Amino acid sequence: MTAAPASRDVVVTGLGATTPLGGDAPSTWAAALAGESGARTFENDWAEKYGLPVTFAATIKVRPDEVLTRPETKRMDPSTQYAMVAAREAWQDAGAPEVDGERLGAVVSSGIGGIWTTLDGWDLLQERGARRMLPMTVPMLMPNSPAAYVSLELGAKAGAHALVSACASGAEAIGYGVDMIRNGRADVVVCGGTEATIHPMPIAAFAASRTLSLRNDDPQGASRPYDVDRDGFVIGEGAAVLVLESAEHAAARGARVYAKIGGVGLSADAYHITSPDPEGTGQVSAMRRALEDAGVTSRDVVHVNAHATSTKVGDLTETASIRTLMGGEADHVRLSATKSMTGHLLGGAGALETLFTVKALADRLAPPTINVANPDPELQVPLVRDTPEKLPDGDLVAINNSFGFGGHNVALVVTSA
Amino acid sequence: MAYTAQEILEGLAEIVAEETGLPTDAVVTEKSFTDDLDIDSLSMMTIVTHAEDKFGVRIPDDEVKNLATVGDAVSFIEGAQAA
Repeated sequence: MTAAPASRDVVVTGLGATTPLGGDAPSTWAAALAGESGARTFENDWAEKYGLPVTFAATIKVRPDEVLTRPETKRMDPSTQYAMVAAREAWQDAGAPEVDGERLGAVVSSGIGGIWTTLDGWDLLQERGARRMLPMTVPMLMPNSPAAYVSLELGAKAGAHALVSACASGAEAIGYGVDMIRNGRADVVVCGGTEATIHPMPIAAFAASRTLSLRNDDPQGASRPYDVDRDGFVIGEGAAVLVLESAEHAAARGARVYAKIGGVGLSADAYHITSPDPEGTGQVSAMRRALEDAGVTSRDVVHVNAHATSTKVGDLTETASIRTLMGGEADHVRLSATKSMTGHLLGGAGALETLFTVKALADRLAPPTINVANPDPELQVPLVRDTPEKLPDGDLVAINNSFGFGGHNVALVVTSA
Repeated sequence: MAYTAQEILEGLAEIVAEETGLPTDAVVTEKSFTDDLDIDSLSMMTIVTHAEDKFGVRIPDDEVKNLATVGDAVSFIEGAQAA
């Protein structure tokens, strides 16, 4: 493999998360390696009250009100709260780098935005009228609120951005962070994704689109990418944030480096508003562009964190795309579908799975895919099942794939530090 | 039944504390909302909304700019509920 010019290298120096598996990045990663599921049955009356066909989700493990102050939880939508928890952890994990605010960026995406605030506001309007509407409603519901609050928190003045591409949003945010460093706009970028949509309305809406698992009697077994009996995704919530830094900036301050984000590949299917192009053309393009951008080839790739949401069509399209791209080299890939444990964090997913990919290379361990009792015979790439698999010594290359409703494809190439 | 000035002060202090994170005993009559308690205009409108709800009064937007101190707000609410 050929290294990209040093001036373009972007490294990961900080990690933060709050997820269905844990209240921070280390506990989330430990639970993933242990093959735990974050799915739980609702402790509420939504099923009876609204006739919801789904009675479980991968709810956040540590409620943000256990971590944030009362005024913070009152003025931030839950999606922003999760992002703040993850961003603060990532920033501290990076050693709270001293950086000029003009050289610091914040890119934090959500796929849906502040939907709790939006719907609570609508309820309040109907019950009490306009006079009772809370003045903070708009800054709470706007989808750029997580990016804005992270920018405020850290004094990030190089730019605050919130790219939206449904379930690829978190990965696209990281890709944009890489661009900010490469094109000289910033030396450090705090970037990631967040989502808080475990509310009866979006659950009913996803259920209406027939994309959710209905395995109500076995929530922890419901997210089962690549198993023949998969029946849809498990909605999850939470956030993951990475601190990206130019390699020079990180080296100058002696920062610990987890891994590099070597390449970013983007494409759009332009095929259907929700279904992936069955030919996988856009997915293949995104992965190919990311590998080219990183200056590596498919032969170098040892690990892929799959988008794999546990839907019938989506899972197989992705492995077929990997096979199309890599041919026989795909036999050397260790494929992990971590949504089997975390559920689908929507706008948070691409960031959390990039965090997992970074940790996989740093620890040389590919995380497991749980619940695969009977692998789909059409699965075309070797799958890591049940327990982590050791990755080889030497320089490693991995891909994290993220695909979103709308035909958005984002592939990020992660390389070992 | 009307609230006394002391009850209004205590209730207002709870609302301000909830919104700002300040201790309730920091919310005393002579304190300025902006200069002492560092309350911005959006937070002030949030406090007004909650105060209207709690005390069953109407605080017109035109009046809010006249409520410089906690004491001003207590006096206005006390007068408004008598009206």
